[in-house]
Amino acid sequence: MDFDVAIITAALPYLWKGFLYTVELTAVSAVGGLFFGTLLALARLSSLKPLQTVAAAYVNLMRSIPLVLVIFWFFFLVPLMLQSVTGAERPPQVGAERTAIITFILFEAAYFCEIMRAGIQSIPRGQVWSAYALGLNYSQTMRLVILPQAFRNMIPVLLTQIIILFQDTSLVYVISATDFVGAAAKVAQRDSKLVEMYLFVAVVYFVLCYSLSFAVKHLQRKIAVIR
Amino acid sequence: MNYHWNWGVFFQETPEGGTFYWEILLSGLGWTLAVSVVAWLIAMLAGSVIGTLRTTQNRWLTATGHCWVELFRNIPLLVQMFLWYFVIPEFVPPLKRWMVSTDPVYAQFISAVLCLGLFTSARIAEQVRAGIQSLPRGQRLAGMALGLTPLQTYRHVLLPEAFRIIIPPLTSETMNLIKNSSIALTIGLAELTFRAREIGEYTFSFFEAFTAATLVYVIISMSANRVMAVVERRVAVPGLITAGGN
Repeated sequence: MDFDVAIITAALPYLWKGFLYTVELTAVSAVGGLFFGTLLALARLSSLKPLQTVAAAYVNLMRSIPLVLVIFWFFFLVPLMLQSVTGAERPPQVGAERTAIITFILFEAAYFCEIMRAGIQSIPRGQVWSAYALGLNYSQTMRLVILPQAFRNMIPVLLTQIIILFQDTSLVYVISATDFVGAAAKVAQRDSKLVEMYLFVAVVYFVLCYSLSFAVKHLQRKIAVIR
Repeated sequence: MNYHWNWGVFFQETPEGGTFYWEILLSGLGWTLAVSVVAWLIAMLAGSVIGTLRTTQNRWLTATGHCWVELFRNIPLLVQMFLWYFVIPEFVPPLKRWMVSTDPVYAQFISAVLCLGLFTSARIAEQVRAGIQSLPRGQRLAGMALGLTPLQTYRHVLLPEAFRIIIPPLTSETMNLIKNSSIALTIGLAELTFRAREIGEYTFSFFEAFTAATLVYVIISMSANRVMAVVERRVAVPGLITAGGN
């Protein structure tokens, strides 16, 4: 078999567009997931029983079903949810790319929640008490004292989770979104150049993820010294 | 939401006739479990060997283990699935000939099992390595002092202790493996998620089909958790915090 490099260079502009979508999806889901994940973690650690139960149920459900199934669920549910919110006659056309963003934010929130919960729980109780003793209320205590420390402790784990997220976004392939893998798959099937395209994708992902996780390990060592 | 519920869908016959939709779902579960079990065996075997190699004193063995783990950890599972199914056979002509000549389900099954098994082996290797390295140095030294060879030290001292410590992370890796087996649908293997989507497409009862699949996954993960909790209690190393009491 002969390896056709020309097909890769010819497809590069298209692959780049797919890659940009992958990066966008990763970044938006990381920020959104972190935001909702933190709220979920606060809910799980709150003293309100119903809030605890609902948050725990959501997190455990999300964590016990496969991401592919979650993607299918939302691909089917998001138009229906939007329809009931807007009161439109027909479910609106959302498109795979936007559905994927909503899916990943809500899915990653469950994973970030568990990371944040561990981070918050690793803070000594005395921090909460001294914040209250200083006259801070709950939201001030969390915002100014607990969360900044928790975030710092959790940075290496959060970054590792974002690298995993970066790899997992490739699964939007199952709803035919054109991310990096999706773009490569479309070219591969159009020109029947599966070997070239998939090997290229694998190499790109490997180089990126390996360097990123190497950087995270380096960072982890730097942070570890300070503590 | 104005959705027309139809929970009876599972007791309808498929368009081809003769089979009911619940049987379709059940066959999907069968493939999910079959892929997961075989891949788990590969993952445990390869993962234990690689993880152990990474703790040896030999530089070449640790480097091999390191490359193995980084290779499988840094490529998305979906891409690995495509590599096993579409790319590797192109480099192995006899394999390619076999895949073309046989029922595609065998090729899909073997690709999925190898892909998931080796992917998970990298993650299990990390757990095994962490487990061995968490043991006090004295354990290895005591084994040597007793006159055990390095192999015997691993076999009788280090590994039995390490495996009992890493049962909780191994449980979550097993859960991940079962969930990841759904990615085999991208190469056409008709496992649980594949079947749920198929039933949705045939009957437009997406909600019911996805709910059924979700329930099955939740039940699998809950029962696996229970079983592993029992195993963990049975084999707990006396004297450690997890063992409780004394």
